[in-house]
Amino acid sequence: MGLRSYIDKIKPNFQKGAKYGMFHSTFDAFETFLFVPNRVTTKGSHIRDSIDMKRTMTVVIVALLPALFFGMWNVGYQHALSIGESWPFWQTFFFGFLRVLPLLVVSYGVGLSVEFAFAQARGHEVNEGFLVSGLLIPLILPVDVPLWMVAIATAFAVIVGKEVFGGTGMNIFNPALLARAFLFFAYPSHMSGDKVWIDGLAKGQQVVDGFSGATPLANAAAYQLDKIPSAYDMFMGFIPGSIGETSKLAILIGAILLIITGIGSWKIIISVFGGGLVAGLLFNTLAINPYMSIPPWQHFLMGGFAFGAVFMATDPVSASQTERGKWIYGFLVGFMAILVRVLNPAYPEGMMLSILLMNAFAPLIDYYVIQGNIRRRLKRTNRVAKS
Amino acid sequence: MSDVKEKEPWFSAKNIELLTGPLNSKNPITVLVLGICSALAVTVKLEPAIVMAISVTVVTAFSNLIISLIRNTIPSRIRIIVQLVVIAALVILVDEVLKAYVYDVSKQLSVFVGLIITNCIVMGRLEAFALGNKPWPAFLDGIGNGLGYGLILVVLAFFRELLGSGTIFGYRVIPESFYYSNGGMYENNGLMILPPMALILVGLIIWIQRGRNRKLIEE
Repeated sequence: MGLRSYIDKIKPNFQKGAKYGMFHSTFDAFETFLFVPNRVTTKGSHIRDSIDMKRTMTVVIVALLPALFFGMWNVGYQHALSIGESWPFWQTFFFGFLRVLPLLVVSYGVGLSVEFAFAQARGHEVNEGFLVSGLLIPLILPVDVPLWMVAIATAFAVIVGKEVFGGTGMNIFNPALLARAFLFFAYPSHMSGDKVWIDGLAKGQQVVDGFSGATPLANAAAYQLDKIPSAYDMFMGFIPGSIGETSKLAILIGAILLIITGIGSWKIIISVFGGGLVAGLLFNTLAINPYMSIPPWQHFLMGGFAFGAVFMATDPVSASQTERGKWIYGFLVGFMAILVRVLNPAYPEGMMLSILLMNAFAPLIDYYVIQGNIRRRLKRTNRVAKS
Repeated sequence: MSDVKEKEPWFSAKNIELLTGPLNSKNPITVLVLGICSALAVTVKLEPAIVMAISVTVVTAFSNLIISLIRNTIPSRIRIIVQLVVIAALVILVDEVLKAYVYDVSKQLSVFVGLIITNCIVMGRLEAFALGNKPWPAFLDGIGNGLGYGLILVVLAFFRELLGSGTIFGYRVIPESFYYSNGGMYENNGLMILPPMALILVGLIIWIQRGRNRKLIEE
């Protein structure tokens, strides 16, 4: 307990009015990060779960780790593929590790600085919401995105997406997706196309003959259905794409962990896929162009659909809160994502836009679900009262 | 109401306040939240923003003046239509002048000059001020509100043009060699050119203003 006693020793310095009193919230953030707070409820009795927000966030981070590690490996793998070499496992992983690490450092560095600055200025405790957002942001970006853009987008997402609404738990949009949307609209040439997904291509590096950096989504949007990788490759994640989104296997592991611990809502995950399935089947029956004819399960394997369904749509703050609302919300997310993908060639991936759109509608869905419930129960009481 | 204060000086403290108030604590955009639409539409570049600001200032000032001059003769039931006639006449004048002297900018502003007619600031000031005040204060109020509107427009356009196009008044501020296409490390922020970012910038300005001036925060 060396650390505990050390913290206890320096704690008085950070109390209000003490020497470093102004850094009270920063100190508090680190203390509760390291140890479970010893504060207990003083008034009344409440049933408390042992899991608090920091523990919740930690579980989400653990659930993201498979996708992160696979993403690192895949960055190296895709790069080796593009230059026509075959690297041993550790070289592949280490190459990707060195490419992804700066993104992680920038995302966390900028995001946490903004969070700490705001908490300090407002005298609040530092919220732990950014622990997950900071990891999500690099995972949904192409590996070649310039670091200063990541920094600006992260700052934008935290300030405009979160702090203006009152901090963690108050945001209407998912901050990580907001960062991506910012980059997507502000710097489209660095966020889409065939070059950005594989390290080195945007810098004009030589590639072997016949290699193209196009993602499966880009292939599908160009109606080159025969160029879409095999289902096995797409499921395992040996495809170009944003860092964390490629491997559906890694996402599945994360999804299982989230569902078992009850942190991610299985209702939302299932209904997102349900919505995607309905939209996919709908397009199959129309089948006006080749893109519309691809089977729905292929949609699930392409792009960020699975990643968005598991880690983005389930964000407890920006998603619907009511149980029935979750079904509606998830269904519309999945439906809209496929809709945007297939019908709007300017946006090859619709998951980001559809989740952000439904984030805006989640409170409305909740409102009507609650109103419907009130009306139903009123009717029931009136019926009972009459009889 | 004409002989209450016959000898009030032209630039009394009250009249100066009419002129300077809208620049800060009575700003039409950030406090009254009027005229947002055109603020989003014409602020991609500085030049059209300034022309627009001047046009709105002229229209607000003179429509205020005219309406105030004839305020006692307007039947209150048809006052809106009378106001519209005055505003429309002035807007057409402004539009013709712009077409004659700054044709390029006029083309950039396109429909938004005509839409000054529906700009809430103009109508709002007529209703709220010109109908109940003497011509000179009404004129000053019009100029003040036009300038307050223009101030926000210029601030918005400055940041949007600088960050979105890398230019100020069309002159390149960020050198070409900084851009990725020329081997540099910089890229224009495409979001700045889109109207949503202007709305976010207006929000940030409101945030900063209320942070500095706590009296403006609503309950």
